Amino acid sequence: MNLVDILFYIFAIVTLVSAGITVYSRNIIYSAFSLLFTFCGVAGIYVLLNADFIAVAQILIYVGGILMLLVFGVMLTHKVINVEIKTGILNIIPGSMITAIVGGTLCGIFMSTDWLIIEGVPPIKSTTNEIGTMFMTKYLLPFEIASVVLLVALIGAAYIARRDKTSKQSV
Amino acid sequence: MQVGLTHYLFLSGILFAMGLYGVITRRNAILVLMGIELILNAANINFIAFSRYGGMQIDGQMIAVFVMILAAAEVAIALAIVLNIYKQFRTVNVDEINKLKE
Amino acid sequence: MTPELLVKFSLLILFLPLFSFLILIFFGKRLSRQGDWLGTSILFLCLAFSSIILYYKLTVFPEAINYTFNWIDFGNVPLIGELKISLGLVVDNLSAIMLVVVSIVSSLVHLFSIGYMHGDIRYSRYFSYLGLFTFSMLIIVLTNNFFTMYVGWELVGLSSYLLIGHWYEKKSASNAAMKAFIVNRVGDIGMFAGIMILFYTFRTFGFNEIFSMISLGKIPMGSEAWLTAAGILIFCGAIGKSAQFPLHVWLPDAMEGPTPVSALIHAATMVAAGVYLVARTFPIMTADALMVIAYVGAITAFISATIAIAQNDIKKVLAYSTISQLGYMVMGLGVGAYTAGFFHLTTHAMFKAGLFLGSGSVIHAMHNALHHQKDHHTDPQDIRNMGGLGKKMKITFITFLIYTLAISGVPFTSGFLSKDEILAGTLAFGGLTGHYLIPIIGFLVAGLTAFYMFRVVIITFLGSPVDSHRFEHIHESPKTMTIPLIIFAALSFFIFFSFNPFGAASGWFFHAIERPEAIVPLTVQAADSTTFEEALHHSHTTAMILSLVVAGLGILLAFTTYKWKKINADALAEKFNPLYKFLLNKWYFDELYDKMVIGATIAFTSVLRWFDNNIIDGMVNGTASWTKAVIFGYTEHKKEKRYSSIIFILLGSVISITVAFYAGQWLWNEHSFITALLFAILSGALTFFFFWAGAGGFDKYVVDGMVNGIAYLSGFFGLMFRKFQTGKVQTYIVFVLFGIMVLFYIFR
Repeated sequence: MNLVDILFYIFAIVTLVSAGITVYSRNIIYSAFSLLFTFCGVAGIYVLLNADFIAVAQILIYVGGILMLLVFGVMLTHKVINVEIKTGILNIIPGSMITAIVGGTLCGIFMSTDWLIIEGVPPIKSTTNEIGTMFMTKYLLPFEIASVVLLVALIGAAYIARRDKTSKQSV
Repeated sequence: MQVGLTHYLFLSGILFAMGLYGVITRRNAILVLMGIELILNAANINFIAFSRYGGMQIDGQMIAVFVMILAAAEVAIALAIVLNIYKQFRTVNVDEINKLKE
Repeated sequence: MTPELLVKFSLLILFLPLFSFLILIFFGKRLSRQGDWLGTSILFLCLAFSSIILYYKLTVFPEAINYTFNWIDFGNVPLIGELKISLGLVVDNLSAIMLVVVSIVSSLVHLFSIGYMHGDIRYSRYFSYLGLFTFSMLIIVLTNNFFTMYVGWELVGLSSYLLIGHWYEKKSASNAAMKAFIVNRVGDIGMFAGIMILFYTFRTFGFNEIFSMISLGKIPMGSEAWLTAAGILIFCGAIGKSAQFPLHVWLPDAMEGPTPVSALIHAATMVAAGVYLVARTFPIMTADALMVIAYVGAITAFISATIAIAQNDIKKVLAYSTISQLGYMVMGLGVGAYTAGFFHLTTHAMFKAGLFLGSGSVIHAMHNALHHQKDHHTDPQDIRNMGGLGKKMKITFITFLIYTLAISGVPFTSGFLSKDEILAGTLAFGGLTGHYLIPIIGFLVAGLTAFYMFRVVIITFLGSPVDSHRFEHIHESPKTMTIPLIIFAALSFFIFFSFNPFGAASGWFFHAIERPEAIVPLTVQAADSTTFEEALHHSHTTAMILSLVVAGLGILLAFTTYKWKKINADALAEKFNPLYKFLLNKWYFDELYDKMVIGATIAFTSVLRWFDNNIIDGMVNGTASWTKAVIFGYTEHKKEKRYSSIIFILLGSVISITVAFYAGQWLWNEHSFITALLFAILSGALTFFFFWAGAGGFDKYVVDGMVNGIAYLSGFFGLMFRKFQTGKVQTYIVFVLFGIMVLFYIFR
């Protein structure tokens, strides 16, 4: 086992354990914080896979953006001081069953498939540069559309979440 | 055993299953969202793993960037909807929001 | 100085006004003096850079500098093939000269606006829109492909719309803005179609690529007619933007905008963009397309010159004179006098911008005087309310007079040089092709121009004041307004364009701008440059003498009529009243379009409405009433005439028994006993069915049974599936996943 392998196992364990806490924990605040470690672990996995830009973007977007939003969501919809922060679970038995089936099927496929692995491709020195070039050339149209999607999402989120004048009295 | 493509795929598979479990079993809408994030991360690991080992160079990473963009948009909209639901029903437990059934 | 540096400079010139626009639109109100200094100084910076570019372009780099980059590469698109769009810019003599023209006019108009727009409620927004306009105009000037040309084309349309509607509280201003925008759209559709024809054939937007492919013999759809069509369609864009007949109606209304805007957009630059477009795409124009262009220009020049005689609003007169001069340029390009047409664009930009700014200065003074008098009814733009202003506004008067001399084509002015060249070109064209109508119109319009321009000068600045009290309050405009006037007046002299006051051909301009080589197939080529030059050389002296004579006659006529009052203009107007009315009302073009386009649309919609009300509704209603009639008829029949039902049964039985009998006999003889027996049973059943049907049993059991069966089935399934509908999203997800897994294991 060389260093990269050890790092992989460390990151994988961090990711999976914290993901497990996220999913199984009864306390939603614990879930939110362990999700942080999941994201960081996944970022580490990205680094091992030669995707440095994606790793940094993962930390920036997921940890800095999405997780903050989720925590805000928790704060806005729960009375944090109260015990109400604990949430229930439902259809455990069918849920566990179907999860086990899906996960088992996936892992079975991964095991049984004979993957075409192309080794010896020299890793790209700077993925940032390459990704930037790709954005402006081959992926220009998706890039433009993604920007429109983000704009629409921004406006839509602001519109949906805004407080109507009419419902002000009821809230 | 040398860490290879299969290891990463296993990791992503287990992460996917965990996310799925979260989506299916948790009552709280925000936890459901967290489960969806886990699923998206699992998919991203797959993309980047194939990008590394499948000789696709950068294309897989490009898709991963777009997945992140969409995840950001999705979570923003979803949280806005959750806030609205909270205003309407005073709860974010998805099983209690079944008005459409009646 | 390298070509790359020139490209960088031109990019800088292009984006500086955009920067000014962005800063002023967002932070304009917070800057000191609302940021007018920023826009103005940026434009003067642009002017400095453009002058540098022009100097180096003319002296050091004779070749055109192209800078192109790939914007979108779609790769190998199915069904289409290789597809990529490259953008870029070109710095050649044409665009370098145009750059200087645009930045001179724009910067001086900025300077003038500081005085003219002082105290306006949307002062910073006005300056930001000027920046936007300059940016869009520079896109048109610098582009080397149709794609960005079209983008800039639409952008100048937008900024023109915004600036015409600057005082949008006034209904007429907002209407004029919309009219300008919509009329321009009509032309732009043609241009778009033309660009698409070219793109469909050549798979590129670049001018150079298209030209080189045409010169190699590749033409749209393999026919010269399509090439002509593409040329004329692209010229449609110029018809819209340059206010050519029949889309000239928007330009006079556009004078509702602030006067400096009229000077910048509707006199010097944007309306000249159409001429510039024709000059850019000149190589692809076939002889037929050029003929169309020449005639459109000539008709425009004539119509608007006649209208200008009868107008009393100072800006309207200038607007029609602009249209007329644009017609001149287009006509010049159309007849093949490429250099002369573009030369007239340059000289005209200077003196026409000056004329508009001069009229702005007059209107400003009138407005202030009327404001002082608390008179809000008198129109400050009507020349009949002015008179004798020359004594009070010395600088404005002298500069205005210089511009008028230039536009009338008096020697020693720039206008004389360019007009003379165009007229010589038309004469040469007439000689080569036999279309003598064009030179005749050209000389007629030259005379008319001199007449109506001097009419304005005499009525406005000479003579006696209409109202002595008002006259007391007339003052010369501030320095920021007079300095641009003086600069424009200086630029209206011949010395800047050629050292020889009687021939521009020896000046730098004619060396810099040369008619491009024709590249269209030989069969549809217009007369080539050498033949044309030869003819031009011969007609030059004739044209000069003739143009001097008509201009002199026009000026003389104006003086006899309005200064010495030898001819009574009012009496003349009274005498030829229908003609005068015709001219005053602008040949009734607006009314004509109102009747033709709007009336036709309304008539068409009423036809559609009739069709909808009577035919479509009639069909639907008819079907309904027909069905109703049949059903009611049937039930009536059933209720009242029970007998007919019996007859139906009897008849049916008789027929089936007879058929059964004969068929059974035949079967008995030919085939076996079993077949006959089966047939007998079948016919018996048939008979019974007829009885049953007559008694309504079919309806009751078969039809109703089917309906009830379906209802019962759906009810059954509904109840069954209801158990799955828990109303909980997550349960549904479980079901879906379960289904997917089942499908996976079935089909793997």
